[in-house]
Amino acid sequence: MTSNYLKLIVLAGVTLFAALAASWGRDLAYQVHAVLIMVIAAGMFIWVLRNTDEPVRAGVDDNGYMDDVIRAGVIATTFWGIVGFLAGTFIAFQLAFPALNFDWAQPYFNFGRLRPLHTSAVIFAFGGNALIMSSFYIVQRTCGTRLWGGNLRWFVFWGYQLFIVLAATGYVLGATQSREYAEPEWYIDIWLTIIWVSYLAIYMGTLIKRQEKHIYVANWFFLAFIVTVAMLHIVNNLHVPVSIWGSKSVQVFSGVQDAMTQWWYGHNAVGFFLTAGFLGMMYYFVPKQAERPVFSYKLSIIHFWALIFLYIWAGPHHLHYTALPDWAATLGMVFSIILWMPSWGGMINGLMTLNGAWDKLRTDPIIRMMVISLAFYGMSTFEGPMMSIRAVNSLSHYTDWTIGHVHSGVLGWNGMITFAALYFLTPKLWGRAQMYSMSAINWHFWLATIGIVLYAASMWVTGIMEGLMWREVDSQGFLVNSFADTVAAKFPMYVVRGLGGVMYLAGAMIMVWNLWMTIRGGSKVTAPVGVPAE
Amino acid sequence: MSDPKDNKPVDDVTGVETTGHTWDGIEELNNPLPRWWLWCFYLTIIWGIGYVIAYPAWPMISKATPGLLGYSTRGEVARDIDTFREASAANDAALATSDLATLSQNEDLYRYAVSSGAAVFRNNCSQCHGSGAAGAKGYPNLLDDDWLWGGNHEQIAYTVRHGIRNDADDDAHYSEMPAFGEILEEGDIPVLVEYVRGLAGEEHDATLAASGEELYIDNCSACHGENGMGDRDQGAPNLTDAIWLYGGDRDSLTETITYSRFGVMPPWSPRLSEAQIQAVATYVHQLGGGEVDPAN
Repeated sequence: MTSNYLKLIVLAGVTLFAALAASWGRDLAYQVHAVLIMVIAAGMFIWVLRNTDEPVRAGVDDNGYMDDVIRAGVIATTFWGIVGFLAGTFIAFQLAFPALNFDWAQPYFNFGRLRPLHTSAVIFAFGGNALIMSSFYIVQRTCGTRLWGGNLRWFVFWGYQLFIVLAATGYVLGATQSREYAEPEWYIDIWLTIIWVSYLAIYMGTLIKRQEKHIYVANWFFLAFIVTVAMLHIVNNLHVPVSIWGSKSVQVFSGVQDAMTQWWYGHNAVGFFLTAGFLGMMYYFVPKQAERPVFSYKLSIIHFWALIFLYIWAGPHHLHYTALPDWAATLGMVFSIILWMPSWGGMINGLMTLNGAWDKLRTDPIIRMMVISLAFYGMSTFEGPMMSIRAVNSLSHYTDWTIGHVHSGVLGWNGMITFAALYFLTPKLWGRAQMYSMSAINWHFWLATIGIVLYAASMWVTGIMEGLMWREVDSQGFLVNSFADTVAAKFPMYVVRGLGGVMYLAGAMIMVWNLWMTIRGGSKVTAPVGVPAE
Repeated sequence: MSDPKDNKPVDDVTGVETTGHTWDGIEELNNPLPRWWLWCFYLTIIWGIGYVIAYPAWPMISKATPGLLGYSTRGEVARDIDTFREASAANDAALATSDLATLSQNEDLYRYAVSSGAAVFRNNCSQCHGSGAAGAKGYPNLLDDDWLWGGNHEQIAYTVRHGIRNDADDDAHYSEMPAFGEILEEGDIPVLVEYVRGLAGEEHDATLAASGEELYIDNCSACHGENGMGDRDQGAPNLTDAIWLYGGDRDSLTETITYSRFGVMPPWSPRLSEAQIQAVATYVHQLGGGEVDPAN
């Protein structure tokens, strides 16, 4: 086949270029990445060579859908989830016990390098795989058609995993742009852009060839997520490499413009990655699992357009009381407050979809996960606008309250809805009647819920405490506490937070076992889903 | 809620009509927007309009709308700072020219100096000397009565003002211990270590220490004194009090004698005002180890 010859030429070229890059590379991260890419490209070269003129498998399941890439996505989501939770729990204890920044592991495994590893692993590796995997599942079902683009789906899947590996190893080896949630260096950014555009192409292609007349609401959210993330990623990563033989790059913007771009991106990573994308998941899995119609079509239209219009302006609330002009901060705050109800529209539509199915809360731990997920979504989308108010922000900013806010959102909303999706998908994708163990899901639910409560409560306490300690003055107006005093005072809450992380991680480990037993086949008989155990 | 004229299908459980679309078995109810939701949404929009009129908000060609209230975050901070400066102006002026030796007789000003000095200390000094002023390796403990350059008010204020061994201030305290690794025979240093430990009354090898006396007199006594009591004019530590800036164990002492030490403190004038320097000197003096001021 001619296309295979083309592939061989490209792969040989990449291998050769990577070999040159490995030998001329100016820093360790770049060299390691060049070697990695060289090995992968060479391996693919041999693989393509051996498979040339072999019959091609279609990759279509008996049900007519392309589910192979989704099965891979389920495994990748689970794997990266564990990696991300493990890293998070470890760095939580590093903060409580700084001795865990082991001398022998320096400079690679200090808190500063592991923190972006944790955030990227949970948001982009765990969350990103969950979004790609579930959007591929949902778009096929709700459009009544197969994925567009054939093997492009595997390019997106494996390309995205390569992006994750390059990003993570880059952080540990010291290559970073130092931009929140956008730490990967320039060549990794370029690679992600290629992957993302391919993802968009598959998604759009599938939507275009749909068999249904209308586009289901979940797909609106997924499309908004994919398109906006592409825009955010490109603008925020306008960097000029110092050399093509090194990882370092310099950003185009500087000073307050750079800070504003950074938080325009950072806030919309929350808005479009962690909110819009996951609302897409919610809009499919909640009605499917509850077997009830979506509460209100009108609400879904209004809150969708309001949400995507308003979210994009809210970024400046991350920069109150900084060099950012007051007018920009005001607009960021006002749009954040107006965003409150559109955010809640998703929660209402999700929760009210359970009308007529509330009894399932007693018997179906997956529904319970969805409900707690929506509850945390509602709570953090109220807390967010509140914290965007200038006066509240003057207390909360730079404190652990922010960390607590983010984690109640991601552990509660993103984590729980993803776990529910994994429990929903795994039996279907591997042709099993149901999950191996319902009581294990219950254990997961309670461990995760208590873990989140410990995490969020301890961070509220310590965040408000340190905010108050920072501003505490005596009767003559002099500061009462030194910074080190406020750090020392946080110790007990840091330990509680770490324990919350341990519980969340333990729940996820139980899920891994449960998924594994389900995939392996053979189902343990427990109360079936949806039937009250009277 | 369902209109019988419509032929739209109705959901049995809730009696609400659906939109008639189905995707993979998912239907949508045709419920209206919840009233409370809509009204809250309107309220936030109305509030938002009011807020952007009242506060700086809309970027124009050369500058943004200032808002009816004339608010700015910089203005808010400047006002806070002015209020604070006004409230403390009289005390600061008095403090800057006070004789610290007799300050405690003026109860109000003394109390002001201590709390002001404590705040100065927490912001500027605690990074090295610790928030409780107990010091760390290489950074002297300010709670005890062992002083390298003197511990009365005037001496503390001088050290704060000019610092130690820095290049920035010509009046900084200065002295330099030689690196004896380049001067002495290799076998001499362990002998000196035992002798110095003996001076401090620490556990030591008496035989070795005894043979170290001559070495000590020849090499160390010029600064640390024949009896080891040190010399504050040169910042040479007292070796007999078992208080160690860099550690009194054999390894630390060997390193100190072999390579020497060179502790640096920056000059805090003019970064701190004269009133702040006086205040922090008063604060440090009253921590526990302050020495009696010379009578004028």
